[in-house]
Amino acid sequence: MSSIRVLAPGFQTSVQDLGRFGYAHLGVAASGAADALALRAGNLLVGNAENAPVLEMTLVGGAFEFETAAVVAWTGSDFGAGLPLWTAVEVAAGTILRCGASHSGARGYLAVRGGIAVPKVLGSASAHLMTGLGGQALRKGDVLPIGSEAVREARKQAVRPPTGKGPVRVTEGPQAAWFGDELYGAAYQVLEESNRMGLRLKGPAIASPAGHMLTEGVALGAIQIPPGGQPIVLFVEHQTTGGYAKPANVISADLWRVGQLRPRDQVQFQLVSMEQALQLLREQEEWLYGLL
Amino acid sequence: MEIRPASDRSLLVSFGDAISLDSHRQVLRLVRALEDFPAGILNLHPAYASVLIDFDPRRRTHNDVEVLVRERIAAPDEQTARATRTIEIPVCYGGAFGPDLEDVARHTGLTAARVVELHASTPYLVYFLGFSPGFPYLGGLPPELATPRLAAPRKVVPAGSVAIGGSQTGVYPVESPGGWRIIGRTALRLFDAAATPPALLRIGDELRFVPTPETRG
Repeated sequence: MSSIRVLAPGFQTSVQDLGRFGYAHLGVAASGAADALALRAGNLLVGNAENAPVLEMTLVGGAFEFETAAVVAWTGSDFGAGLPLWTAVEVAAGTILRCGASHSGARGYLAVRGGIAVPKVLGSASAHLMTGLGGQALRKGDVLPIGSEAVREARKQAVRPPTGKGPVRVTEGPQAAWFGDELYGAAYQVLEESNRMGLRLKGPAIASPAGHMLTEGVALGAIQIPPGGQPIVLFVEHQTTGGYAKPANVISADLWRVGQLRPRDQVQFQLVSMEQALQLLREQEEWLYGLL
Repeated sequence: MEIRPASDRSLLVSFGDAISLDSHRQVLRLVRALEDFPAGILNLHPAYASVLIDFDPRRRTHNDVEVLVRERIAAPDEQTARATRTIEIPVCYGGAFGPDLEDVARHTGLTAARVVELHASTPYLVYFLGFSPGFPYLGGLPPELATPRLAAPRKVVPAGSVAIGGSQTGVYPVESPGGWRIIGRTALRLFDAAATPPALLRIGDELRFVPTPETRG
């Protein structure tokens, strides 16, 4: 079987697909790619099913040796890997791909035709880094088998990547009525203590609401306000339930942009209607399926 | 029952805003009514008095998930009627496995033996699993055992630790950080990704702690 050898793992590289579903009622977080749009695009470009496992790199990428020839696509942020971006390309047997630090956003994705064939745990190949469920960050010397589950021809013309400028759009969260509009307009800074579980922000404090909050299920992209008033965006490894009030929730079409935020980046939020959120998602899906 | 969007890919179904047996039964009923995961329903997040439903926004709308919820919850309920399971959790209280047992005794003004006796004397209800894989939110801690959390959480709480935090008690299924007072440990695995189902407990179970002969209380 063909495989990829990890010569250097990078800062935090893991195998991800679209996540682990159907177990939240047992306390199991979905996990999955932080920028699911880049993951899906990479898979479509190399001819995989969109949910095939890929490598997700964060801030600083690793070095990888291809033991056999492969067809790959790099999507997400540019990590200076020496590959053309957002297109399928062939790499020869023995190729060593050396990635550096990200030039733009937080995450880069290496999709390989056939998929990364690690065992699935509870239906998903995604590592949940906080608990180790489904795998951990890659280590030097790991060998990743390449699968054979491609479903169509690879696309070898570069595509225009999505652009994410302006405020991150949100819809009202379950406790929106408890809050004013303090979340909107001000710029928040992404703090170093951010990870796949949540992005901690720093900016104007938001007053704690008076309402009585009972622990409840939390949605991907929920913006919660703990007692200090500094918002946290709950992300792909978030706990299944939580006890803080949530004025807003990032729209599906902008979740990938959250996955690309780096420490010290500035972020602003803009409230949109549910109809606008779903329209933006439809447009994004049309763009994505235009890659086929 | 109140139904409202939590995001553009989820719906929050609430049964009041208090911890009660009545709202728990409705949560249980809704989870059991949807745990066959109809197409496009991705995850169910039960809690004390609500269920968050994640769906695939490319296959489902808020409206049709709401219709599904109302249909399923109105259908004759065979599942909730099934007998409550009682799960016994053997616990070695005190000693190295329960480093905070003496502190709980001091705080509550009881002897360590009495803390163990009270903790193991009563059935607990599994309101739901959440927070981390297999972690049960339990109801029924005798009020006299309530003890504040540690001022500084431990970086590592071993898997199987049985603990009290405020007016709650629970078991840590996997090793994790934690601020509750550890009074004992069970050798039972509460979560095993390779098992079917992966969690030992399920929502609605009755749980009893049973002191093992090695208990030091």
